[in-house]
Amino acid sequence: MSSTLPVGGAAFDPASESAKRKMINPPPGNAVRRSPFADRIFGWAALGAALLTLLLLVGILLSLVMGAWPAISKYGLGFLTSTTWDPVKNEYGGLVMIYGTLATSFIALVIAVPVSFGIALFLTELSPAWLKRPLGTAIELLAAVPSIVYGMWGLLVFGPILATYVQQPLQKAFGETPYIGALVSGPPVGIGILSAGIILAIMIIPFIASVMRDVFDVTPVMLKESAYALGSTTWEVVYKVVLPYTKAGVVGGIMLGLGRALGETMAITFVIGNFNQLDSLSLFQAANSITSALANEFAEAAEGLHQAALIYLGLVLFFITFVVLALSKLMLAQLNKSEGLKT
Amino acid sequence: MKLCLKFSLISAVTVAAVALPTMSVAQDVTGAGASFPAPLYSKWAADYNRATGVKINYQSVGSGAGLRQIEAKTVDFGASDAPLKDDELAKKGLVQFPTVIGGVVPVVNIKGIAPGQLKLNGQVLGDIYLGKITNWTDPAIKALNPALSLPDAAISPVRRADGSGTSFIFTNYLSKVNAEWKTKVGEGTAVNWPVGAGGKGNEGVAAFVGRLPNSIGYVEYAYVKQNKMTFAQMRNSAGTFVSPDDSAFKAAAAGADWAKSFYQILTEQPGKDSWPITGATFILMHKAQDKPAQAAASLKFFDWAYKNGDKTADDLDYVPMPANVKAIIEKAWADIKDGSGKSVAIK
Repeated sequence: MSSTLPVGGAAFDPASESAKRKMINPPPGNAVRRSPFADRIFGWAALGAALLTLLLLVGILLSLVMGAWPAISKYGLGFLTSTTWDPVKNEYGGLVMIYGTLATSFIALVIAVPVSFGIALFLTELSPAWLKRPLGTAIELLAAVPSIVYGMWGLLVFGPILATYVQQPLQKAFGETPYIGALVSGPPVGIGILSAGIILAIMIIPFIASVMRDVFDVTPVMLKESAYALGSTTWEVVYKVVLPYTKAGVVGGIMLGLGRALGETMAITFVIGNFNQLDSLSLFQAANSITSALANEFAEAAEGLHQAALIYLGLVLFFITFVVLALSKLMLAQLNKSEGLKT
Repeated sequence: MKLCLKFSLISAVTVAAVALPTMSVAQDVTGAGASFPAPLYSKWAADYNRATGVKINYQSVGSGAGLRQIEAKTVDFGASDAPLKDDELAKKGLVQFPTVIGGVVPVVNIKGIAPGQLKLNGQVLGDIYLGKITNWTDPAIKALNPALSLPDAAISPVRRADGSGTSFIFTNYLSKVNAEWKTKVGEGTAVNWPVGAGGKGNEGVAAFVGRLPNSIGYVEYAYVKQNKMTFAQMRNSAGTFVSPDDSAFKAAAAGADWAKSFYQILTEQPGKDSWPITGATFILMHKAQDKPAQAAASLKFFDWAYKNGDKTADDLDYVPMPANVKAIIEKAWADIKDGSGKSVAIK
């Protein structure tokens, strides 16, 4: 910052500077506050609204813990590492669902982030002006498609295509290769972790892309044009000017997408296979997710441990989303810090 | 966060749905439970409303939820596909009685195989769902179908993902006929399936089976009939192979001793014509009624349905109870009493 101070001119005098500012912007007198009482009421109302959210959050958390208590007290944290889910013998462990939720969301992010970045980049930097509006609207419309429609489409249309044109060729090509072979083993029927991840990716792309486009749009034109004037390519401008300027928004958009992916229920239920065993880490294997298990089993779950175990799963999902949010904040703080070091 | 919101929303809606009817006119009757008989109960309710002006609200929330709601006394009657044992009934102070019979039918999707061509028995069906028989050319399947040319392809088993009465009847049957199934998996509305993709609801299983080549699944009879699915013949306890139809379900129901107890699971019943995977669906009511008027109105509805609802049941591919069983049920209604110990039933 010191380099931006005027050099060689008149000595910098903070006192006179602040005096000048005072004259331009006199502090508001008491006369402006016509009704302090109404003001106070408004303040209380705002505080009440804020507290209400907090209260709701605590209330939800409490009711989840209370509902899950039989399972928590019986299994403790061992619930998170056990793969048995057996309503007949009344034994429950959540690892299959937790793994399914995390794996599908991870696949969704791996696919959705680069694609959304491409969409946003094209819309803000490369697209001809006449295409911007219709393309942007089309992407936003994708976000309005109900998730059950994605599920049915995934099961009836996308699944068979994936099985015939992706899974079977992949299995032929890599079936014998170590490590990769294990990832593509299992029945190639278009149902499982991979198809659920891809459907999720399609569902969250509109969210991430429209947030990215909006934040890319707010990058000051001056900055971008200065970079172009210095001879930067479009990629350099985006990577070195636009992205650093908008990183908070970009991370926020990705987290919004991830949050949706973690909580998505209906579409996943259709394509994940709802299979409560963890036999292999294959991407083609049918699995289950937390939300899908809840949706399928809650209505029929008998009072007692089964229901408590399902609520415990809900609590775990709550915790996962909380951790994701916290991580994104940490990541942003880290980014800011390292930037501070550079300059 | 989103989930929790959904959660509380759902519970708020259920609470509202449950609380509302009790505030409405006393004549309205509310029931909740099994989804398997829901289409029939709704049709009966509509016909009954036209005939008498009394409204019957039936919420198809699942057998487990139906049991919870009747225990909490938020509804006038509960409905469940899995009957309660007599001692459990006594403990909870409930009575149960069957309304209609239905069958669960294995369906397959194998190229070149027509409905009814494939023959299976309980041992083989259980081994397929245990993951022990994995290929259609397995000698055990070949032995049952010597004349049939089956493909050399892996079997993809499909089953219900959601807890359901259909799964209860199916797993109860497998537990009776396959010893390893009984010890490893057992019976229930939801079990720890060793293999197979899970479809949501009958329609989900039907969609999976229709889509996956060389798959096998199980659905309610109505689905098989309406969608013309490729069903398999099953060998019953008498050793004959039967096709699923109304008469085979009736034959299974005839063998049960309803006079002794209504706790009858109709799987693997004796009789050379009986379909082995048959089950009845049940109504649950409290023995001691706080609201005798409501109970009487519920019983009036079922009395009307037994007398006038058989045709509707047939049209919707359910099997009505035999006349002698209906008589036993109506007699048993005398157990439902009001606070003073007087029977609330009409007769």
